Amino acid sequence: MTASAVSRRRFNKSVGALTIAFSMAPLAGTAEPMTLPGSLAKNRRLNAWLRIDADGTITIFTGKVELGQGILTALRQIAADELDVTPAKIVMVSGDTAQTPDEGFTSGSRSIEHGGAAIRHACVEARAILLALAAEKLGVTPDKLTVVDGAVTSGDKRLSYWEISVEAQLHRHTRVGAAPKPSDRHRLIGKSMPRLDIPAKVTGGASYVQDIRLPGMLFGRILRPPSYHAALVAFDEAQVRKLPGVVTVVRDGRFLGVVAEREEQAIVARQGLARAASWRDASSPPAFQDIYARLRSLPVDDHVVSRKGGDTPPSVVTSSHSATYTRPYTAHASIGPSCAVARFENGRLTVWTHSQGVFPLRNDLAKALDMDVTKVRCIHAQGSGCYGHNGADDVALDAALLARACNGRPVKVQWMRDDEFGWEPNGPAMIVELHAELGEAGEIVDWSHDVWSSSHTTRPQADGCNLLAAWHLERPKSPGTPEIIPQPAGGGDRNAIPLYDLPRHRVTHHFIRQSPIRVSALRSLGAYANIFAIETFMDDLAKAARVDSVEYRMRHLDDERAFAAIKAAASYAGWQPGLPGGTGRGRGFGFAQYKNSAAYLAVVVEVEVHRRTGEVHVRRVTAAIDAGEIVNPDGLVNQTEGGIVQAISWTLKEQVRFAADRVTSRDWSDYPIIAFPEIPEINVTILDRPGEKSLGAGEAAQGPTAAAIGNAIAHATGVRLRDLPITPDRIKGVFG
Amino acid sequence: MADAIELTVNGKAYRLSVPRETPLLYVLRNDLELNGAKFGCGLGQCGACTVLVGSQAVRSCSFPVDAAREKPITTIEGLGSPERLHPLQQAFIDEQAVQCGYCINGMVMTAAALLMRDPHPDGAAIRRELATNLCRCGTHARILRAIARAGREMAQ
Repeated sequence: MTASAVSRRRFNKSVGALTIAFSMAPLAGTAEPMTLPGSLAKNRRLNAWLRIDADGTITIFTGKVELGQGILTALRQIAADELDVTPAKIVMVSGDTAQTPDEGFTSGSRSIEHGGAAIRHACVEARAILLALAAEKLGVTPDKLTVVDGAVTSGDKRLSYWEISVEAQLHRHTRVGAAPKPSDRHRLIGKSMPRLDIPAKVTGGASYVQDIRLPGMLFGRILRPPSYHAALVAFDEAQVRKLPGVVTVVRDGRFLGVVAEREEQAIVARQGLARAASWRDASSPPAFQDIYARLRSLPVDDHVVSRKGGDTPPSVVTSSHSATYTRPYTAHASIGPSCAVARFENGRLTVWTHSQGVFPLRNDLAKALDMDVTKVRCIHAQGSGCYGHNGADDVALDAALLARACNGRPVKVQWMRDDEFGWEPNGPAMIVELHAELGEAGEIVDWSHDVWSSSHTTRPQADGCNLLAAWHLERPKSPGTPEIIPQPAGGGDRNAIPLYDLPRHRVTHHFIRQSPIRVSALRSLGAYANIFAIETFMDDLAKAARVDSVEYRMRHLDDERAFAAIKAAASYAGWQPGLPGGTGRGRGFGFAQYKNSAAYLAVVVEVEVHRRTGEVHVRRVTAAIDAGEIVNPDGLVNQTEGGIVQAISWTLKEQVRFAADRVTSRDWSDYPIIAFPEIPEINVTILDRPGEKSLGAGEAAQGPTAAAIGNAIAHATGVRLRDLPITPDRIKGVFG
Repeated sequence: MADAIELTVNGKAYRLSVPRETPLLYVLRNDLELNGAKFGCGLGQCGACTVLVGSQAVRSCSFPVDAAREKPITTIEGLGSPERLHPLQQAFIDEQAVQCGYCINGMVMTAAALLMRDPHPDGAAIRRELATNLCRCGTHARILRAIARAGREMAQ
């Protein structure tokens, strides 16, 4: 059954007007929660989340980290609103194993849902404690008090938060039952507050781990093997030590690194490492064309993740439809290569890192270095844009291994561009097979979805050690067992269960245990491929049923919020049923609720396709998103626009090249991404739901955008393309 | 071997002792402790390291310091400060034209060179100028708006 069917089916045939009217009991916004919300359940101590400081500020501690998505700005808004102070009084401390709560990874579009909910409730509770103490001191009842920017007043009596001795009272566990402000009393939540970090980022402020400078700091670079399994058979270390500025050379098994006084000297010495090392490579390459055949040949664990409709086949079937879709390995391809600074002092290791999870990283660093975990501290510092499990954790170990050889001097390591492309974990290649049967009126009466995918998470975890260099050491650590992420979130099967309300369905995840190419989490995980497949298949079925594709979707939905998002996107894009296809211009629709539980996003993409060259120009993108109660509307729009642009790039251009057991895309010429001349007009509309639970939104655009592009190209050309990316060569191939 | 190099950066004169082939980027970031220019690829492909040499936008990751001696160098720090923002910096803030921001130095500096040469660029000219500046977060539309906005402000 779909996760969010909240009302009876409605066959609403009109797609013109936008209706947002619906009734559903408010969740976290106004009602009392039954359990501790979000990350509070795992970190119950109130003073783990906030501290009233003597200097007239309030420090908020969060385990969630800034990845370029604006999360610290949004969390500060929540805290300031619930505490009734101006945002300037809030100091954010994030992602420090010595200071902040452990909130796992900043991933899965969960930071507002989980981290935001925790901070909100901690602040509500702290405010209540402050007011109770103030009431006592002022000799009034708490309901007689008003708070303006931390000043508590009752008539002419006044006391500020900072004059109340509250520390002891915050040293206790949070309790169930604190009621946040009703949404109509929010002053900051729901407002587009400017991002905290932007002024420094446009004026050369120290914003990133790359900008950290410590006294006596050295610069390191590493040299990886030429392939995953290559053996180091000879290494002339002395030759490298003679190079200008070299402080030390680290060889541990087949891990090679060099440390120099100056950064450019380390880069030159890295070339020296390459000259000094001889490798033996034993593997045999699978041909690139065969990757999907190869994936099908690998051992799998089959999981039927959802089944509906029992064993009785549909009584009337008018037509049957099947299709196969593929998605290639995809790179994170952050603009700035991964970077970390590490320092060993008195047997203690401190690492500044742009990891998504400082606590899991700390555990894996301790394992890799055979250290006591309490002797390792990881502190988050921003890196270049993060879209999932990239090289951030790996480079932290690289820096630690080099710093261990430098007698207390800190070492900064940044990967070179070829390290980044060659060794970051890619988004996994996937295959999706869909089958549907249509009934008398063209409605879907049976549906099956089979997806083949490797793991979408090989992050630092409990089992094994998932840091790259650890596998190359003289005494190597074993990687963890690739994990299967269970439903309802799902990994390869994320969004494989149709949100559409169908009488029968069967969804099978064929989990490929090992991947030939290093893979892990990339923005939206399997949802990108599954939604591309489902939503382009829906268009084909609509065509077979002779129904407009937007109308066809709505006939198969039973969710008011889905209707509202679809209608809004269609309406704002000026969607008209029945426009003729095959003219070289086309428009396509795509829709999903991310994870079937987070934000709803519907999108219309308009394209022009040049048959002769095969080039696709995306001209206009119109999206509507429902992410529940919005904290920072402009932040949400920025993230959604970014997701749309990145999805256009993935869908039209991107595939990682590889040979044998190595990635061969090593720079931007091997891995082109979207550029300014290709950027369409983008319009994002928010369907705000004040009082509703906030829904994760950062990954919502990936799948629907891909599908809408696929559908627009099919409309423009009359031909359906099911292999990603949809490149000019593939389009030319269709037209001969 | 180290050579005596004299540079003018953001209006200040510096005398350094580095090999003349040293890429300008490392001198700016590590000797002068200027954060703005970023290492992205070291190949001149992405633009994150862009600075102005004279009125020319150059990729400092692959631009030898020796070639920068004759002309004044301007980095994003020299364009303006948080207290005295350049119209481009103000426009990027006004448009919230940043996600991670790692590429933004290159966007601002490439645009600065464009606006010096052509104070009234149309949308197509801005796109052409930025054609080889890469952004991965997908902030392009806002960046284009910010540059157009700065152009209008500066023309007034």
